[in-house]
Amino acid sequence: MSSAHSVDPTLNQEIMNSIVARYPRKRSAIMPLLHYVQSVAGYVTNSGIENIAEMLEIATAEVSAVATFYTQYKFSPIGEYHVGVCTNTLCAVMGGDAIFSALKEHLGIENDGVTADGKVSLEHIECNAACDYAPVVMANWEFYDNQTVESAKALVDGARAGNPPAPTRGPNRLVTYKQASAVLAGLDDGLAGEGVQAGAATLLGLDIARAAEKGGK
Amino acid sequence: MTKLTPVLSAHWDEKDSFTIEGYKRHGGYKAAEKALAMNPDDVIQMIKDSGLRGRGGAGFPTGMKWGFIPQGDNKDHYLVVNADESEPGTCKDTPLLMANPHVLIEGCIIACHAIRAKQAFIYIRGEVTHVVRRVNQAITDAYKAGHLGNGVDIVLHVGAGAYICGEETALLDSLEGFRGQPRLRPPFPAIAGLYAKPTVVNNVESIASVPAIIANGAEWYQSMGTEKSKGATLYSLSGHVNNPGQFEAPLGITLREILELAGGVRTGHKLKFWTPGGSSTPIFTDAHLDIPLDYEGVAAAGSMLGTKALQIFDETTCVVRAVLRWTEFYKHESCGKCTPCREGTWWLVQILRDLESGVGTEADLEKLLDLCDNIMGRSFCALGDGATSPITSSIKYFRDEYIAHLTNGGCPFDPVQSTLFVGASK
Ligand SMILES: Cc1cc2nc3c(=O)[nH]c(=O)nc-3n(C[C@H](O)[C@H](O)[C@H](O)COP(=O)(O)O)c2cc1C
Ligand code: SF4
Ligand code: FES
Repeated sequence: MSSAHSVDPTLNQEIMNSIVARYPRKRSAIMPLLHYVQSVAGYVTNSGIENIAEMLEIATAEVSAVATFYTQYKFSPIGEYHVGVCTNTLCAVMGGDAIFSALKEHLGIENDGVTADGKVSLEHIECNAACDYAPVVMANWEFYDNQTVESAKALVDGARAGNPPAPTRGPNRLVTYKQASAVLAGLDDGLAGEGVQAGAATLLGLDIARAAEKGGK
Repeated sequence: MTKLTPVLSAHWDEKDSFTIEGYKRHGGYKAAEKALAMNPDDVIQMIKDSGLRGRGGAGFPTGMKWGFIPQGDNKDHYLVVNADESEPGTCKDTPLLMANPHVLIEGCIIACHAIRAKQAFIYIRGEVTHVVRRVNQAITDAYKAGHLGNGVDIVLHVGAGAYICGEETALLDSLEGFRGQPRLRPPFPAIAGLYAKPTVVNNVESIASVPAIIANGAEWYQSMGTEKSKGATLYSLSGHVNNPGQFEAPLGITLREILELAGGVRTGHKLKFWTPGGSSTPIFTDAHLDIPLDYEGVAAAGSMLGTKALQIFDETTCVVRAVLRWTEFYKHESCGKCTPCREGTWWLVQILRDLESGVGTEADLEKLLDLCDNIMGRSFCALGDGATSPITSSIKYFRDEYIAHLTNGGCPFDPVQSTLFVGASK
């Protein structure tokens, strides 16, 4: 089966093999491999699909069929900082819609658009499991909690200038889209220990219980 | 006296709560030690006795689910943890994993022992980079400490943005490397799950609840909650409230009680509607403040406890807008496998859009209900059913508001009023 021309020289075959080795059956590795391709190329390339198909011994059409099912896989270059604004109902109502339209205007791009300098891309996203921090914005899938139009503009301006603010619940600095994709492929970037263990909303009930315990005694 | 019972959340306020040192400081991995010394059947019995029910939405008894795994069949068994958390409003597993991933790993070790599995998978949604880091680090550290690799292995599998992969059989297809589409049941995962082998699929919170039960006993767990809904759980309060957040409390607490703790609905406003367990559970109104939030209480009032995602909306929120947005979500996330859901959600969106912009007619309301009637119970999986919940429940409680859009020729609400930064300078 193996034909050298299906190997993409920009992809590290050793890393890919280590991803495949995690699973009892190699086809299961298809999703982390696609994340890995995005970590190298910034999106899912044709040569990446061919390389995965080759490695898993399945048709390229099967890899494409899987890749196109999931919204996180992109098929053309996106920004170094990919910004997602939650516009599911709760965030939308509480300000997500206003943030999303303000960012579109501010950046001069539409949904799924990329700025001409390639720095920022924009997408409206669904509920990101952070509703107690609404309105929520994600950048390279890191949390930016309790956003306003101003803070979201500052985020994208910082990203375009190469110094985005740090996530509210995440590492001390925002990594690039490619670097974040490597994490999603299961590769360690050494940043797990950075950032808060929990935000204020996460701790609310615990804080109240502690205060009551003290008061009761 | 507060009703709150922090167990899962007990140490989240310690800066290193997510590290193995932080976890072990409070007895972490002691429960696994205890369970590994027990007969697997006794572990299952203990979980049965505790009354723990699945926290992924359906409330199926966890011990019973484990008991369905055939024993002595000489097959590989698998544990798959559902960390896909994508139901709108649901935000408990994600902060839990960020603050304390080790409790899930310890739960996996115990569950694997009970169901005689050597391999567990954690399927986490792909849109949470830092949580992925934390869980991966925890797995690495648990291997280093010898808690993993001596009988149980765990692989973290990262999804890529598809709500349907939270449905357990779609999740299994996704984990096998296919498009995430639900499977026909039977066979159930307990008989033919991952790679057609006996498989338990459990929610993060379900598995994370196990170590404390092993450590403190089934009776301790039983002592919390209500008659058929035992124990404590994470309620996630979000939306138009003064202090949103996580509240760990015994099952059966009411929204009124939680709101009191949270400083109430946004000052100067009043409760209009809310979801008891995410967007797929029929909405409630201010008439439901005193319903016990347990599986039976919420069901008796016509909804579902679901994921205990309490999304609160005050009187500034247009219910038609809210429902349309949720419906657009279901349309987008429909996997396309079956016609009632794939076509039905598309039509629901078209009709709701017309209604919201005031160009529909009153007959459209009946058409909506008729469509819902044909999707509900006729779809291949529960996504289709869930898509109808916001629509039918909102028409039941707020029919007048739909009509007002028609008589008004559009939405009578000012969307600025519902935002958090209303009144703030531009
Ligand atoms: C559309 C859909 C999405 C779901 N999403 C999730 C999810 O994100 N997390 C989860 O634990 N269960 C989810 N479920 C429920 C699972 O199918 C399954 O019942 C659950 O993981 C079982 O775990 P439990 O018994 O511990 O509750 C979803 C169900 C449906 C129909
Ligand atoms: S109900 Fe919807 S999500 Fe479920 S199988 Fe049918 S099309 Fe797919
Ligand atoms: S609705 Fe935006 S994070 Fe849940």
